[in-house]
Amino acid sequence: MKETNIKNVSYFHKVVDCQYACPAHTPVPEYIRMIAARRFDDAYMINWESNVFPGVLGRTCDRPCEPACRRGRVEEQPVAICRLKRVAADHKSDITDRLPDIPTEKNGKRIALIGGGPASLTVARDLMPLGYHVDLYDDQYKAGGFMRSQIPSFRLPETVLDEEVNYILDMGVNTHLKQKVSSMRSMLEKDYDAIFVGTGAPRGRDLPKLEGRQEANDNIHIGIDWLANVAFEHTESIGEKVLVLGGGNTAMDCCRTARRIGGKDVRIVVRSPKADMKASPWEIEDAEHEGIPMFENHTPKAFVCENGKLVGMLFELVKAKYAENGRRSLVPTGEPDVLIECDDVLMALGQMNSFPWIERDLGIEFNDWDMPEVDKTTFQTSLKNIFVGGDAAWGPENVITAVAHGHQAAISIDKYCHEKDTRDRPPPGTTLISQKMGFHDWLYSAPVSDDLRFVVSHVDTELALSDRKIEVEKGFSLEQGLKEVQRCLNCDVQTVFEKDKCIECDACEDICPTDCITFIDNDEEDILRQSLKMPADNLEQSLYVSAELKTKRVMVKDENVCLHCGLCSERCPTGAWDMRKFLLHEAKAGR
Amino acid sequence: MSYIISDFRHPNAKVNDLGLSKRDYEGALSTLCAGCGHDSISAAIVQSFFEMNIEPHKVVKTSGIGCSSKTPTYFLGRAHGFNSVHGRMPSVSTGANMANKDLQYIGISGDGDTASIGMGQFAHVVRRNLNMIYLVMNNGCYGLTKGQDSATADVGSAGKKGVANQFAAIDLCQLALQLGAGYVARSFSGDKKQLVPLIKGAIEHQGFAFIDVISPCVTFNNTPSSTKGYEYVRDHLDATGTIDFVPERQELKIIHPEGTSKEVKLHDGSKLILKKNSHDYDLSSKREAMNTIETVREEHKILTGLIYLHEDPKDTHAKINSVDKPLNSLSQAEVCPGSAVLDDLNAGFR
Repeated sequence: MKETNIKNVSYFHKVVDCQYACPAHTPVPEYIRMIAARRFDDAYMINWESNVFPGVLGRTCDRPCEPACRRGRVEEQPVAICRLKRVAADHKSDITDRLPDIPTEKNGKRIALIGGGPASLTVARDLMPLGYHVDLYDDQYKAGGFMRSQIPSFRLPETVLDEEVNYILDMGVNTHLKQKVSSMRSMLEKDYDAIFVGTGAPRGRDLPKLEGRQEANDNIHIGIDWLANVAFEHTESIGEKVLVLGGGNTAMDCCRTARRIGGKDVRIVVRSPKADMKASPWEIEDAEHEGIPMFENHTPKAFVCENGKLVGMLFELVKAKYAENGRRSLVPTGEPDVLIECDDVLMALGQMNSFPWIERDLGIEFNDWDMPEVDKTTFQTSLKNIFVGGDAAWGPENVITAVAHGHQAAISIDKYCHEKDTRDRPPPGTTLISQKMGFHDWLYSAPVSDDLRFVVSHVDTELALSDRKIEVEKGFSLEQGLKEVQRCLNCDVQTVFEKDKCIECDACEDICPTDCITFIDNDEEDILRQSLKMPADNLEQSLYVSAELKTKRVMVKDENVCLHCGLCSERCPTGAWDMRKFLLHEAKAGR
Repeated sequence: MSYIISDFRHPNAKVNDLGLSKRDYEGALSTLCAGCGHDSISAAIVQSFFEMNIEPHKVVKTSGIGCSSKTPTYFLGRAHGFNSVHGRMPSVSTGANMANKDLQYIGISGDGDTASIGMGQFAHVVRRNLNMIYLVMNNGCYGLTKGQDSATADVGSAGKKGVANQFAAIDLCQLALQLGAGYVARSFSGDKKQLVPLIKGAIEHQGFAFIDVISPCVTFNNTPSSTKGYEYVRDHLDATGTIDFVPERQELKIIHPEGTSKEVKLHDGSKLILKKNSHDYDLSSKREAMNTIETVREEHKILTGLIYLHEDPKDTHAKINSVDKPLNSLSQAEVCPGSAVLDDLNAGFR
C-alpha cells in the first residue's frame, strides 16, 4: 500500500466517526470535552455554531452519530452523544453576549426564506451576521416549522424551541408569519436577490381508496396535520380507542400524543414485521413504556362504519418474505381478517413534498417525481436565484440534515449575491495540534472509562400521561453527564506517526490494548488487512500506512478500534508517535 | 496523567483452547522506560504462554533484582511469582521446584543479575539441570543504576557516557553450553518472530532451557557506539535457521522445500522446524555449537536462534531420585514416617 497522506484533511476527518457521520459535521468530541471541563457555554456554542439548535437536537435528533460512534465497536453501547448535547444546553448560562454581532449597516442584499423551519432558520442565522436583509415567510403564527408542529411538547418543551428560534429571529429577521405563500411568481415579483425554499414535506400520505375512507372521514386524521393541530391547540381531544397506522417516528409521536389527550386504548398497527419499523429504537421503546401495544403484519383492508360512524378497521394478516435480492414482499397468510375496534384512526404513513404554489413556467425545472431539480452541492435550482433545502429538496429527512442543507445553501446564496461561482465550495477550517504536556501528561483525558452507558431517567408515566406538555425525559443529571462524557474515546485526538523518528522497538505494537498497530512487510491492501496482528475486517475503516522503515517494513495501524488512549505515544522512546487534536470546522457563508 | 491501560481489547480477539483470552496472560502496565526491549520480551512471553494453552496459575515466575527482574509484574498476572534477592533467583526457583515440580518455571534475570552478582548461582542451576526456563534480558549495562557497563558488554562498546568498555565480555550462551544446559538459544527483543517459537520450545523442553535475549536499553545503551543498541544488533544479526514451533497435536502447515528444513523433536512429540541456512550444523553437538558461536563472532556478528538442543531426560528431580509426587503434596506421615522406619533404616547401615 502507498503511504497514507495525512495532510489530506479527509483522512483524519473520517477517523472522527461521529463528526463524519453528522450531516452538519458537529465537532462532537470537542464539545464533549468542554462539558467534562464544565465549560457548558463553550460546549453549547460549539454546537450552536455547527447545528444551530443544540437544545432541540439534544432531545430530538435522529442521532446518525451514535451508530457511528467508535465506542459501540469496543463495547455494547455508543456514547450518549445526543443527550450530552442536552446537558450542554441545560447547564449553560446566558449566552446572548456570545451571539454574532449583526451589522447595522446592511449589505443591500434582500433574501426571502419561504417556510420557517430549521433549514430556513439556518440560512437566516448564517446570512444575518453578514449584513443581509432577510424576510421569513411562514403560514403558522410562530416560526420553527416541523420542530414546532410535529415534535410534541412532551419531547421538546416549547420554551426550549422558542429560545433557540428567537436567537435567530432576534438578529433582526423580518418575519411574515401567518402568511401562506401561494405563488412563487408573486414572490419573484418582490425582487429579492435570492429566494430560499424551506417548506418541508408537508403532505401526509392517505389511503384514499380504502373501503369506507369517505364514510369515516370525520374520525380519520392525517398524522402530521393532526399533530400540528394539537400543537397549535386546534385539537384538544380524541376518542378512547385509537388506531395509529404506520411504524415511523411520526406514528410514535401520534400514539403518545393520543394517550395524553383522551386516548385510553391506543394501538399501533403496522403492515410490516416490527423489526422493519422505521422509527428510532428509543422512540419505540418510549411508546411501549407508555403501554402502547404494536400489532405487526396487519395490512389495512377497510374502515368499518356503523350508522355512518367509524367503529373499527379490518386488517389482512400477512407475512414478510424476502427475495434473494433482499426485496421484501408481504404475502397474505390466509388467516381470517382481523377487526380492531376504534373511535379514531391516525395515519402516519409517510410524507410527501408538494409544490402546488410553484408555477411551472418560471424556469424552475421539475423532475419526473414533480419535484424541483435541485443541485446536490449548491442547492440551487435551474432558476439561479432560487435555492431549496431541508425536506423540500429531496423528501423527508430530519432536523440535522435540514440544518446542514441550510449552511450549504447560505454559502451558495452568499456567493450568488456577490457574483461568485456557487460551485467553488470553501474548504473546512482544520487544525492539528499536539496534545503533549509531559511524559504521561496530555491536554485531553486519555484514560478510557469503563462505565457503561448511563440511562436517562424519565418522569413517572402516570404524571407524563396527564399533561401533554410535561417533558418525559429528565435529561442527564450533572453528575451522570460528567461521567458519561468520560466514555468518549476522543477520536479527534489523532495518532500521528513520524517514521523518521521510529527505531522499531515495537513498544507501541506491544502496548496497544486493542492490537491496532503492526510492523509488517508491505503488501496489497486486501492481503495486508488479513496479515495484521488482528485482521482488519471493518473495510469502512482506513489503514494508516507509513513509508518504508529501516528494516524495510512499514507501520500499519488499523483505525477501526483505536481507543485514542495515547499509550503508543507514551511508550514511544523517540516521540515517533504523537497525539494531535484534529479540529474540523465546516466552512460557513462569508468565511 | 495515565499509567492506566484500558480494559477494552479488540472485539475479535480470540481465546485459546482453555477459553482464555490474551488478556488473561497480561500483567500490570509496565513502568520501565518507554521503548525498553524488556517490554517486547514480556509481550513475547504473554503470546507464547497464551498460544501454548498453559493455565496461568500453573506457572511460577521468579526473578532477582534489576530492570529485567521487574518484568514478571508485567506478564502473567495470575501466575505465582517471587521477586527475590539480587542474583538469587536460581536458588529460589530450585526451592520452589523442589516443593512442586508439576508447575512450569520461568526465571527472569538480567546481565547483572546473572553474569555478575548471580554468576555462582547461575552456574549451579545449569549444572543441576533444573526443569525451568532461564531467560536473560541482556542489555549490556546496569540500566537501573544509570547504565554502567555490565559483564556482558563487548570490548570497545560504549553506552551513553561514551567511554568504551575495556573488559572481556561473558558470553552466557557459551557458559550455559559448557555447564551442560540442554537447550541454549539466543534472540533479540526486536524479533518476536524468532523469540516466540524459542520460548515455546523452551516451555516444552524437559530440563534446563536457557535463552539469552539481547534487549536494548533505550535510555543508557542505545547509542551508535554500543553493540547492544537496536540499530547495531539489527545490522549484525546472523541467525541459525528460522524456527517454527509445532505443538504435538497440530498438523504441519509450513512446508519448506525438501532438504531445506529439518525437524527437531521434543520429548512430548512437539517439533521445532528449522529452515536450514549457512549455519546448518548438528544442533545436538556441543562442539559445533561452540564453534559456530565463535565463527560468527569473528565476523563481528551475533549468532541468534536455537544454538544447541540435547534433551537430557534426567532433570534435578531425576538426578536426586525424588518421589514422583510433588513434595508439597506429601502428608506428614509420608515425609516423617516415624521412629520405626528410622530404626529400620539405621539398622540397614549397621
